Amino acid sequence: MGAYILRRALILIPTLLGVSVIIFFMLHITPGDPAELLLGERATKEALHDLREHLGLNKPLYVQYGMFLKRMVTLDLGETIWTRQKVWIEIKQRFPATIELSIAALIISCTLGMILGIISATKQYSIFDYLSMLGALAGVSMPIFWLGLVFMLIFAVNLGWLPISGRLSVGVDLEVITNFYILDAVLTKNGEAFRDALWHLIMPAFTLSTIPTAIVARMTRSSMLEVLRQDYIKTAKAKGLSQFQVIFKHALRNALIPVVTTIGLQFGVLLGGAILTETIFAWPGVGKWMYDAVMQRDYMVIQNGTLFIAGLFVAINLVVDVLYAVINPRISVK
Amino acid sequence: MTPKHPEDRHPMLDQLSQLWRNKTAVAGLIVITLFTLSGIFAPFISPHDPIEVALYDQLKPPAWKEGGSSKNLLGTDDLGRDILSRIVFGARVSLMVAVVSVGIAFFFGTIIGSVCGYYKGNLDNIVMRGIDIILSFPYILLAIVVVAYLGPSLQNAMLAIAITYVPRFARIVRASVLEECEKDYVMAARAIGARDSRIIFTAILPNCMGPLIVQTTLSFASAILDAAALSFLGLGAQPPTPEWGADIARSRAMILRASWVMTFPGLAILGAVLGFNLLGDGLRDALDPRLRD
Repeated sequence: MGAYILRRALILIPTLLGVSVIIFFMLHITPGDPAELLLGERATKEALHDLREHLGLNKPLYVQYGMFLKRMVTLDLGETIWTRQKVWIEIKQRFPATIELSIAALIISCTLGMILGIISATKQYSIFDYLSMLGALAGVSMPIFWLGLVFMLIFAVNLGWLPISGRLSVGVDLEVITNFYILDAVLTKNGEAFRDALWHLIMPAFTLSTIPTAIVARMTRSSMLEVLRQDYIKTAKAKGLSQFQVIFKHALRNALIPVVTTIGLQFGVLLGGAILTETIFAWPGVGKWMYDAVMQRDYMVIQNGTLFIAGLFVAINLVVDVLYAVINPRISVK
Repeated sequence: MTPKHPEDRHPMLDQLSQLWRNKTAVAGLIVITLFTLSGIFAPFISPHDPIEVALYDQLKPPAWKEGGSSKNLLGTDDLGRDILSRIVFGARVSLMVAVVSVGIAFFFGTIIGSVCGYYKGNLDNIVMRGIDIILSFPYILLAIVVVAYLGPSLQNAMLAIAITYVPRFARIVRASVLEECEKDYVMAARAIGARDSRIIFTAILPNCMGPLIVQTTLSFASAILDAAALSFLGLGAQPPTPEWGADIARSRAMILRASWVMTFPGLAILGAVLGFNLLGDGLRDALDPRLRD
């Protein structure tokens, strides 16, 4: 098992190198000089010259790529062009916000998706099955940036139940430790902040969970149906086990194996969807940061943000692969 | 000649009737037909010019609401433009984006996948690693980055979507070609001295069409969704182009005063994407016998 994990981790290196090559050259294949792109059209000649020197743009490409890699490894990510903040500090602040949102969305989609999938499979061809699968198909087809606005209109504007955007209300004090606000509120035993942070989380998390919920529901249903057809389930029924025991003790375990892989793959969907969701709800995470950077053409942020998200995505895929090998003994790790 | 045995029927007929019996697929087909027709005949159907500004008719509600009139069935936006007309013309833009971007991805993906699957070896290893790298970006992020560098426009959005969709086609074709290569007819074609290109394109590929057709249909759905998302972020269609995603982005400013400006373009996206997804699911059931109940 250890050897398997090590080998899978080693494959990461060429992948990450490839990702860095793509991101590095993207700045260089763009028409125009990176220094001009970074400083804008009205930059003075001296400023351009200085920046070229500073970024090493006068050196050969492979040397520049080496420098780029070195900065990445030492986490010396430079400053954002727009706000003159250290990129690394921004990432440390914004990253927990995105992860908090993604985890909340993932919890919703696993719970809701599995429940819908299991009920649909056990009551195949019933009205419930029909409606929930139609709902799942609509979920997969949903423009979530629109759904987010609809939620906002209904639950924040018309009903006034939930806050319209942001992570915390003005006037609510919270001592920030980890930047995961919910966790921080628990750590500092701050009940008011906990409730406020949770209330802010609900709408964005449900919006972001739409597509993964639908995918998990469909996957659970089809995987469950396949398992329920097998002989050992008939045996379990024949020996007089209750429906509940058959489903939860015997069928579910095997049915969940493909579902777990699907859930792992949803992280990519979540990180992509986070850009849309965070933009709508003014959620100060990496997605909103990337969006603002694109709008302001802040290439330092785009470059680093992309590399960071891609790296995270690759790492999560590794974890999912390993977990998959752990839960499914039929997978040979050789 | 009428076939005597069911086995005599062409397998395609069997698949078509399978598809026809699938009610959801038929529903999807109807939606897609409506959507395509409205895209093609947009200038004849739409009641008004979609980009004509009418300042006297700003933010008119839909006809069934108080203050609405039959002149603008779905109401107007903040510039007095007719929403129904913008949705009808928006179908044209979405249809074009889907056809062009999926077409490009299909073309390059099929070539890459079939060459890799047929020749295997080092070439296959290197190209597939490259594809793995592209797949290690969340794909909407990749599209956003591509557009960020190339500059926001509908063309660049289509290009970005095409680039991000190449891997899925390449993978599917490669897997099917690998499978087909083991079969006797490929060996027979080699034995009679057919050129590689001929074997790939006239012998192998037609047998891989099932999964390809399904993937194409589902890709139409996600291309429409992704193009709308890019336009919503301001990276796709630019004003005054009638595009559903861009219209939703504009409507955010008037969400409190005029919710209908936001509602209808969203429903249009949902409907079109749902149509292609319904058909794609139906096609998968019909073309992939392994999944039949």
